Amino acid sequence: MKTVTLPTGYMPLVDAAPLIIAQEMGFAEPEGLTLDLIAAPSWSSVRDMLAFGRVDAAHLLSPVPVAMAMGLGGVTTPLSAVSVLSVNGDMIGVGRALEERLRGIGYDFDFSDARRAAQALRRVAGGPLVFGVPFPFSMHVELLRYWFGATDLRDASIEIRTIPPPLMAGALADGDVDAFCVGEPWGSVAVDQGAGALLLPGSAIWAFAPEKVLAVRTDWAETEPHLLGRLMRAVWKAGRWLAQPESRTTAAEILSRPAYLGVSPELIDRALTGRFTISGRAEQREVQDFVCFHHGAATFPWRSQAKWIAHRLSLANGLSSADAQRVAGAVFRSDLYRRHMAGTDAELPGASEKLEGAIRHSLAVASQKGRLSLMRDAFFDGQFFDPDAQK
Amino acid sequence: MTAKLTIVVVEEDRDRAIAIVDALKDSGDHDVFVIGTASGLARRIAAHAPDVVLIDIDNPTRDMLEELTLASGPLERPVAMFVSGAAGGLAQAAIEAGVSAYVVDGLTPERLRPVMDTAIARFRMVRQMRTELAETRRALEERKVIDRAKGLLMKAKRIDEDAAYALLRKTAMDQGRRVAEVAEALVTASGLLS
Repeated sequence: MKTVTLPTGYMPLVDAAPLIIAQEMGFAEPEGLTLDLIAAPSWSSVRDMLAFGRVDAAHLLSPVPVAMAMGLGGVTTPLSAVSVLSVNGDMIGVGRALEERLRGIGYDFDFSDARRAAQALRRVAGGPLVFGVPFPFSMHVELLRYWFGATDLRDASIEIRTIPPPLMAGALADGDVDAFCVGEPWGSVAVDQGAGALLLPGSAIWAFAPEKVLAVRTDWAETEPHLLGRLMRAVWKAGRWLAQPESRTTAAEILSRPAYLGVSPELIDRALTGRFTISGRAEQREVQDFVCFHHGAATFPWRSQAKWIAHRLSLANGLSSADAQRVAGAVFRSDLYRRHMAGTDAELPGASEKLEGAIRHSLAVASQKGRLSLMRDAFFDGQFFDPDAQK
Repeated sequence: MTAKLTIVVVEEDRDRAIAIVDALKDSGDHDVFVIGTASGLARRIAAHAPDVVLIDIDNPTRDMLEELTLASGPLERPVAMFVSGAAGGLAQAAIEAGVSAYVVDGLTPERLRPVMDTAIARFRMVRQMRTELAETRRALEERKVIDRAKGLLMKAKRIDEDAAYALLRKTAMDQGRRVAEVAEALVTASGLLS
C-alpha cells in the first residue's frame, strides 16, 4: 500500500510507545501513513525540530506547548496538543546517601504515601536538596513543586536542576544531585546501576497526570487536517493495543531495540507492568496504572489539564493565572480530538473540562456512547482544581 | 566601536572545539571560551556572563541550557534562543547545520549575524566530517565482513574469490538484502557451526 511518510520526533522513553507501536505493529499503514521516527538527543531538540518543520508531529512533555503559548522559554511557535499520549509514568528517586539516611530513621519505602515520604525526607535532609529533572517545563517539575508545596518540604531548601536522564545515574553518583524525578526506564536504570533507590511513582502525587502529548504545529493542523486525523487514529489504536496486558511482552521487545530505547526488555517491562525493583536490595513494589495509554479516556486532551499546567506555571513565574489559563485552554485541542476521533471507538466525553483531582474512585460519566468510565484523578492532598475558580 | 562579544562554546571534543574557536576568532575580535564537561554546566556558563552560547544540536546536555532562558536562571540577563528573535531568518540554516545558539536579550541582529554565519559554516563542516567518518568506518567494517565471508565460501566450495563474491551478490539480490547483510549472516552462521 502506498503511504505518506510523516517525520515524527520522539525522546527514547517508555512513553514514546504509542508512536513506535503505531509504526511497528502496523496501525499506521492502514491509515496510509509511514511514521519516520526520529529519536532526539534532548527535549529542546524535539521542540525545535517540531517548531521549525524538521518533523510534523512529536512526542512532547505536556507542559512544553503550554509554556510556549505563555511565552516562557526561547521558542514561541504555536503548537497544538491534539491528544495525550500517556498518563503518569514519572518516577521519583533518591541517591545512595539519602537512601541510607532514610533507612537510618526506619523509613520503609512504602512507594505510595507521598506525605510520609516528604516527612521522612525532611527529617534526613541535612542541607539543601538538589532534585534532577529532565527539563524545566515538564510534569516532573510540576509534580515535584506540587508535592513540596503541600508537605513538610514546603520550607525546605530545594533546588530543581535539569539533567539529561541518561546522565542522571552519573549525576547522583557524583553528588551533583541528591534525588530525581525522571521518566522510565531511567529511574530503574539508576537502581540497577546502584546509584539510588525509588521513592514514589508520580501517580502517588497526582493519580492521573497528563505526561506526554502528541504535538503538531497549529498551522500544520489547519492545513493538513486529513493527515492529522489519520495520525491521531493510528496512535490511538496503538495506545489501545498497548493497554492489553498480553501486548506487554511484545511491546517491551520492540521498544528495547537499539534503534529505539536500547535497554533490556526486562527494564521496560517494569514500567509496563508496574512491578518495580526499587533498590539495590532487590525490594519489589507494585503500582497500579504506573503508565496509562488508553483506559479512562486517557488520550483525551482535557482543556482543564492544560489550565492546571498553566496555573502552576503562572504561580512559579509570577504571571497572571487567568491570562495563562486563557491561552493554555486553546493548546489542548479537545475540539480536534472530537473532530478526528468521531466515528471511531474512541470515547468522547460529554464535556471538555473537568474538576481536576475530584475523582476519588473510578466514575461513570456521560459520553457520546453513554458508557465512559473515568479513572481516579485525585491529588495526594485531596485538593482539586477548578479551572473557573482560579483567577 | 562596539565592545567585544563574549562567546561560550559547549563542546566536549577538543579538536572540534579548537576548530570552532579559531573560526570565531577570525570572524571578529571576540572573547571565546570552551566548556567541555556537563557537570555544573549552567553555573559555569553563567560565570562567563556570555553574550552568545553555542552548542551542538545533538548534544544531550542542551536541555541544561534551557534554564538560561528563564528570567530566574543563573544568568542575570535573560537569554533567548536566537531563533525566535529578530534574527529568526537564521533559524533554519542553524538547525540544519546542527548548531543552536542562546543569545542574551537585546543583542542586535547586526552584531549577531557574523558570529552566527561563522558558527553555522563551521558546524556544518564539522557535521559533514562526522558523517563521512561514520560512513567510512562502516564501509571498512562491511568490507572486513565481506572478505571473511568470501574466504569462507572459497574454502567450503573450492571456488575463487570472484566466484565467491558473485555468489554473495546473487544471494543478496535474490533475497532483496545487502551484500554486507548476507556476508554477516554467513559469518555468524559459520561461527555457530564451527
